Amino acid sequence: MNSQPLLSKSGRIIVCVAIALLLAVTPFLPDFYVTLLGKIMCFAICALAMDLIWGYTGILSLGHGLFFALGGYAMGMYLMRQIGRDGVYKNDLPDFMVFLDWKELPWHWTGSEYFVWALFLTVAVPGLLAFLFGYFAFRSRIKGVYFSIITQALTFAAMLLFFRNETGFGGNNGFTDFKRILDIPIATPSMRITLCVITGLTLIAFYLVAKYIVQSKYGRVLQAIRDAESRVLFTGYNTLWYKLSIWTISAMMCGVAGALYVPQVGIINPGEMSPAASIEIAIWAAVGGRATLIGPIIGAFFVNGAKSWFTVAFPEFWLYFLGALFIAVTLFLPQGIMGLVRKLSGARQGSEK
Amino acid sequence: MILKIRHSQAAIKQLRLLFAAIGLMFCSFAAQALTQAQALAISVGENDDRVAALTQALATPDPALSRLIDALLDDTAKVVSGKVLIVTSDKTTDAATGQETTAPDNAEDIVNNNRLRRELESAKAALGLFSDNVETRTAAITELRASADEKKLPLIDRALAQESDVALQARLQQLRAAMLIASSDRNKRLEAATALASSSQPTVKSLLQGRLAAGVETDPEVRAALTTALRNIESRLAWGERLGVVFSGLSLGSILFLVALGLAICYGLMGVINMAHGELMMIGAYATYVVQNAFRQHFPAAFDYYILAAIPVAFAVSALVGAALERTVIRWLYGRPLETLLATWGISLMLIQLMRTIFGAQNVPVENPSWLSGGWEVLSNLTLPYNRIAIVFFAFMVLILVYVLINKTRLGLFVRGVTQNRTMASCMGVNTARIDMYAFALGSGIAGLAGCALSQIGNVGPDLGQGYIVDSFMVVVLGGVGQLAGTVYAGLGLGVLNKLLEGWTGAVLAKIIVLVFIVVFIQRRPQGIFALKGRSAES
Amino acid sequence: MTPDLLNDGARRLAEYQAKHDAREGVSQSGGQAASFSRLVDSRTVDLAGGGILYIEDISVSFDGFRALNKLSLDIRVGELRCIIGPNGAGKTTMMDVITGKTRPDSGRATFGSNIDLLRLRESEIAQRGVGRKFQKPTVFEQLTVFENLELAAKTDRRARHTLFAKLSSAELDQLHATMKTIQLAAHGQAIAGNLSHGQKQWLEIGMLLIQEPKLLLLDEPVAGMTDEETERTAELFLSLEGKHSLVVVEHDMKFIGELVNGGQQTTKKIVTVLHEGSVLAEGSLASVQNDDRVIEVYLGR
Repeated sequence: MNSQPLLSKSGRIIVCVAIALLLAVTPFLPDFYVTLLGKIMCFAICALAMDLIWGYTGILSLGHGLFFALGGYAMGMYLMRQIGRDGVYKNDLPDFMVFLDWKELPWHWTGSEYFVWALFLTVAVPGLLAFLFGYFAFRSRIKGVYFSIITQALTFAAMLLFFRNETGFGGNNGFTDFKRILDIPIATPSMRITLCVITGLTLIAFYLVAKYIVQSKYGRVLQAIRDAESRVLFTGYNTLWYKLSIWTISAMMCGVAGALYVPQVGIINPGEMSPAASIEIAIWAAVGGRATLIGPIIGAFFVNGAKSWFTVAFPEFWLYFLGALFIAVTLFLPQGIMGLVRKLSGARQGSEK
Repeated sequence: MILKIRHSQAAIKQLRLLFAAIGLMFCSFAAQALTQAQALAISVGENDDRVAALTQALATPDPALSRLIDALLDDTAKVVSGKVLIVTSDKTTDAATGQETTAPDNAEDIVNNNRLRRELESAKAALGLFSDNVETRTAAITELRASADEKKLPLIDRALAQESDVALQARLQQLRAAMLIASSDRNKRLEAATALASSSQPTVKSLLQGRLAAGVETDPEVRAALTTALRNIESRLAWGERLGVVFSGLSLGSILFLVALGLAICYGLMGVINMAHGELMMIGAYATYVVQNAFRQHFPAAFDYYILAAIPVAFAVSALVGAALERTVIRWLYGRPLETLLATWGISLMLIQLMRTIFGAQNVPVENPSWLSGGWEVLSNLTLPYNRIAIVFFAFMVLILVYVLINKTRLGLFVRGVTQNRTMASCMGVNTARIDMYAFALGSGIAGLAGCALSQIGNVGPDLGQGYIVDSFMVVVLGGVGQLAGTVYAGLGLGVLNKLLEGWTGAVLAKIIVLVFIVVFIQRRPQGIFALKGRSAES
Repeated sequence: MTPDLLNDGARRLAEYQAKHDAREGVSQSGGQAASFSRLVDSRTVDLAGGGILYIEDISVSFDGFRALNKLSLDIRVGELRCIIGPNGAGKTTMMDVITGKTRPDSGRATFGSNIDLLRLRESEIAQRGVGRKFQKPTVFEQLTVFENLELAAKTDRRARHTLFAKLSSAELDQLHATMKTIQLAAHGQAIAGNLSHGQKQWLEIGMLLIQEPKLLLLDEPVAGMTDEETERTAELFLSLEGKHSLVVVEHDMKFIGELVNGGQQTTKKIVTVLHEGSVLAEGSLASVQNDDRVIEVYLGR
């Protein structure tokens, strides 16, 4: 209830075990699985962010892929600068700029050689965009499906923009061929393990932050907005600021996930902004179970694990599976895996009584 | 008098035929106009000399020269001991005499650089002016316009003297003027500038602009004449451009409208967000493809009319798929729009993969029937493709049909009833579940029609629908819920706006600006253009 | 200055004060001293005028349909006003206007004498002290009864405050007291969505009470309640009379009768009849019930 501690006793144990496992097991995983684990944990952060805005506040965003990609691009700019003169053209400028015959860095690349600035942009750019967009959208009471569709249009427009070479983000190909991060070579097993562990710790930290948020009175106002926004308004809460703040926080979390994703996967391109990529984030949260915090993380692992298995074993069946998953979850499992677990354990307890 | 002229024209024609026949005989039996020396001069030596020789030879065009130019362009001409030979895989001929010889081993290849190739191309075009075929002559004029220079003037004059087609005469006149404009004689330039003022060709415009560039034309009087001519052409061209923008906007608008109309029925009337709408379109397009293949195989004679059969088939197939989806999935999600959105997205993924499994991931070819290919040349720089004109009409027809269906039939009455008050309609004995299915099938069927239309102007592939889904939702959002009129205005408006902006900013930025515009517009009017105000619209 | 003038001035002041005090004695200021030097804070409602709600010539139309047609209505401080009217008379639209959900085409609506309701958002109006109960019970279904009340309790409504908010013991006491009032003390940890219809109505009323509004708008508060629950609701409302101003929209004439005839206040309670967006009749329940036009509207058609 109110004076409830952030984590129950068993919760504290689980978090400790998770940290210990992460530190102990990751170094011994094969290379491929380290990258896969790191990647999926980035996705889990996105799913967690999606859950805050959709599961708890009832606002379905179809544009979270945009925030993820923006975070990724912010980090990617730094990684591009870290390549230095080791690119194909042996030039100070990133290769794609040489290719476009640009003579100097465009204005928005100012400061991109500093890691700290990249970290700042990682949260500031998605946050600022989300704030501005959210302010106008929520102020004029755009909600429900309308909001979802507009966010989809937003990410679609951004994708078109980033596809242009003139935008200065490498066009179709985006950023790739990274060499170093903080002057340390990036494509080594030890760097992979380090990044994976950092991602895991970030995920756990975000989980705890999210837990604090949803357990606070603020979190209860969010759920109240989801259940009956007009009642919240007539109770005297200005829901604009609640929706706007959680929307911005959620976007920033996605930005961080994107920044962690890019050095591990080694590429970022406008494909991450496609409407399909964003809607997949929603399905991770839905599969795991909305309005629970552990659910989206499980969902991200389940769906992406299945994806990497399918694309190797039966690539042509992956879309069938994903499509069926969308339908099955909405029709039969509105509470997701967590709902199923709750139902099963509830049934067992019931029969024991 | 008139009779006399006609008579004399006929006489000239006969005379010309006679000359042509004699010329032909000449070519095959008697001495050649193209001499060995000329052929050699054209083929080897310094580039400048070769060009000069070519120009000189062009003064007396004959088939041997034409053969030589072709051979030079195809790299089949070779030089051996002062003779130019044309060596093809089956035989070797002497370029000048046309007699067959054998190809010696020491024959040297002739190297043509880009400049020479250009000259050869334009020489080839110039020769085309004397073709018997009107189309070849037209093509030759167009070709020459791109590389007009004074040296070809005699050629044009001669072609002009021979030309019988009035329209081609006019074009030759302009071509002549275009060449004269660079003449060293000031009066000729002045005359040419006046003559060109009546043109409406985009190439003439760029030609004049080139002449007006700093330092090219120095004589102030000629410059003034050129400026006037340019202004005349520009105003004439501007109309073409304006109409072109309006038409392409109309065309895009009618496509958007067609795509959005089905969506408006599903969303506007039923509140169902159907993300698989694009895929229902894709199914319609594939249905068109299948019908096309069936016609090609079984009724090749009636191939031109396959599209007429494809329209109802596309409608029926998409409507059936839509009805099946409604029965199996969407029915259970009424009143849960966000869940519907996700489920229909899942459906769309499965449909895309299904089409990939059946038809392959590549695009499939859908041909226009012959009466839909080509276009209507309204102005020199404005050609309206028939298929796009047809789609505008088609969209209009579909709109009328849907309007009648919704407003004048019993089914439409029921649909409207269910839309406005489901419980009440159900109490009045309307089978709401069945009406839902019919309405959804109708929306899906219209998607199929849109797909059929799209197959006529673009690629048909599994991803066809994905490209339109965002745009069409924007139309619905902008148009407002529950209003067909809103969808019409929004579709056409967005189409025209998009094309107008494209002229200024390029396609991608135009699209972005339109999306931003919609987002801003929604700020001002969250319920769309035609808002249904009141308690029913809120909640 | 001469002593004469001084004396004269003192006398005039005494006269004026005597007159002013006498006037204050009969004013309907709701107990608030209406001195000239009182501070008017735009966030606190000024009730010195004696009225809590003034509605003047409000018109609202939806696509040509006039939901409200030059509606005028005054509610006094501490009054319990019942509003009746056939369907479509504009009762709900009137509440929408007062609470900021609908903006009228013309007219004025002020809360107290200083707060212009037409310039404020819903949340601001609620914060100034206008509480509203919906026709359909609206509670936060996924939260517990306790949490529902906690959110409604009168505290800082800003997002950054709620993120770090802790319940004080005084607030806890208030919450438990309210739960007792609405007879849900035993259900504190129950999920609101699992309550019965009547219990939800009570919970919503409880949420309104803990919000401590000065003016309560109640849209059909006893719809779907059992007779016993209805009676208890009437008692509850009557106990609020005087402390809060209440506007009750209701169809149930028995309930209206209980409200009008019950309670300790001696003054006659006014019943207002709305019809086609404006006031048809106003007066005591008996006079309204005998009004020919009211009878025609209710029974004539």
